[in-house]
Amino acid sequence: MNRIDQLFEKKKDRVLSIYFTAGFPKLEDTLPIMEAIEEAGADIIEIGVPYSDPIADGPTIQDSNMIALNNGMSLKKLFEQLKDMRKTVSIPVVLMGYLNPIIQYGMENFCKKCQEIGVDGLILPDLPMQQYLDEYKAVFDQFELRNTFLISPQTSEKRIREIDEHSNGFIYMVSAHSITGARSGISDEQIAYFERVKAMQLKNPRLIGFGISDSQTFSTASTYSNGAIIGSAFIKTIKESKDLKVDIKTYISSVIQ
Amino acid sequence: MIRVDEKGFYGKFGGAYIPEMLHPNIDELKENYEQIMASDEFQVEFRSLLKDFVGRPTPLYFASRLSEKYGVKIYLKREDLCHTGAHKVNNTVGQIIMAKKLGKKRIIAETGAGQHGVATATVCALMGMECTVYMGALDIQRQRPNVERMKILGAKVVPATSGSQTLKDATNEAMRQWINNPVDTHYIIGSVVGPHPYPEMVARFQSVISEEIKWQLKEKEGTENPDLVIACVGGGSNAAGAFFHYYNTPEVRLIAAEAAGLGISSGKSAATTALGTPGILHGSKTLLMQTEDGQVVEPHSISAGLDYPGIGPVHAHLFDTGRGEFVAVEDEDAMKAGIELSRLEGIIPAIETAHAIHALTMIEYKKDDIIVINLSGRGDKDLDTYIKWGGY
Repeated sequence: MNRIDQLFEKKKDRVLSIYFTAGFPKLEDTLPIMEAIEEAGADIIEIGVPYSDPIADGPTIQDSNMIALNNGMSLKKLFEQLKDMRKTVSIPVVLMGYLNPIIQYGMENFCKKCQEIGVDGLILPDLPMQQYLDEYKAVFDQFELRNTFLISPQTSEKRIREIDEHSNGFIYMVSAHSITGARSGISDEQIAYFERVKAMQLKNPRLIGFGISDSQTFSTASTYSNGAIIGSAFIKTIKESKDLKVDIKTYISSVIQ
Repeated sequence: MIRVDEKGFYGKFGGAYIPEMLHPNIDELKENYEQIMASDEFQVEFRSLLKDFVGRPTPLYFASRLSEKYGVKIYLKREDLCHTGAHKVNNTVGQIIMAKKLGKKRIIAETGAGQHGVATATVCALMGMECTVYMGALDIQRQRPNVERMKILGAKVVPATSGSQTLKDATNEAMRQWINNPVDTHYIIGSVVGPHPYPEMVARFQSVISEEIKWQLKEKEGTENPDLVIACVGGGSNAAGAFFHYYNTPEVRLIAAEAAGLGISSGKSAATTALGTPGILHGSKTLLMQTEDGQVVEPHSISAGLDYPGIGPVHAHLFDTGRGEFVAVEDEDAMKAGIELSRLEGIIPAIETAHAIHALTMIEYKKDDIIVINLSGRGDKDLDTYIKWGGY
């Protein structure tokens, strides 16, 4: 059984997913960071595949993408680093990345490789639903990869229903109409949106991302969904870290306390 | 047939590869743009502004001394005489009316050399709309006069400080700001790039160029069809406009002049069809200069308007099908062609446009062929570059 499905079967609440950029802050930090995230008690690891033109990301993640690319990170390198990850990492692993580097690698090869090393799911923010259905769904399914779509406060109810129908794994609820790292705190308007989606009783679990940074925002998000995703705030933590293992433990403990 | 299909593709290229956060905006535009453009109300306002504000029709000018030199009949389509100095304003006039019809209150735009930014700031002033233009921090330094023009017109110019700090990064930044302000804001893209329906919509606004060429040439030569149409291509909006009504007239050859920079194999080039491979940039599948790992390569051209690592999907399709003929013109040759046109015809062209002039020496044609060159912009903005180059 897919690890994402397993996770949501036994844990319905306060699921914490941590995003970081592969090859950041140092090229060889990828696997040690994953191990530290699991040890600190998070539930899902989202690994960002760096790209030169990340149009849905704010300055913090743009910056980490640039540093990772300058460090020499690429999909080939990432797969090399992760080839034995299942010896030390047991929680679900999701790759998040823009489409272009993946189609240059070859979508089928990419999916095959993901299954081989034990990746459970994909988030490809610039892959629209129609293109996914027309071109890629069959290959995702063949290699048992769960596919997560994003929804935002502007997404219509009709489209949320369609996305729910074609998603598996979980749905990524973008908390506000914004790029990553643009906001902190949660407004009444956002709460109304969370409640509206909660009331729709979707078949997929929902994680809320964008603007989640501490125990308070994590708890609020979890009240209205199955949990949350932290990206920019975690990137800031590891960027300044002198001791990754300790700092990751301290940060994640402070969020899930 | 060269035409966009219902999913927004020209053959293998195009589409709308966008984050879900932009889906409502793009969908709203896609559902409405054709109907709005077809309405009498839109057409009356658009045509009247093109005539009285932009100064259309622009002349189709017989360039006798240039013709004599090359032994053919050369006509110049004088888009350089448009208000603001280039063809860019045809599109911004169309899009600002579109934005109004969609009930938008704010305008954002990207700009490279600043021509599209100035054209956008101009129509925003005209319509009393708030305008923010994203421009690479490096381009802001290189194109100071255009930055000041935008500010005089009341626009806010915001530097894009990521990546190479040029057009590609300004476009990224504009897209991010659109994600942040999806409800009240319209994004005026300046070329035939971006997610569907932008490439098609921008091409249709620019298609007034070939619409006029047809009747003007008929008056002068008794035929609507020249033997060749030549235009420069960065993203490709002036070329799309000049080619549009000839796409499906195979006897008219379509020549696109790309920027080879310091040379195709120099590593300092913007010759997208020569160096690019299929990929996704700014929401569409197209030919793209990229590394083996799919990272976008920084282009180079002496002309800021051609300094773009991709190309509009319709041009990728023209290249792929062989309907278009592509040549790559080096910086030095383009500069010399700019001087040649200045000396022979008394017209200092934009350096972008000078690439199209040099293409005359790179293609074969018959003695009595009629050639239309789209003179997309004037060289005032490039005076600094001409002066620094100094070869005159």
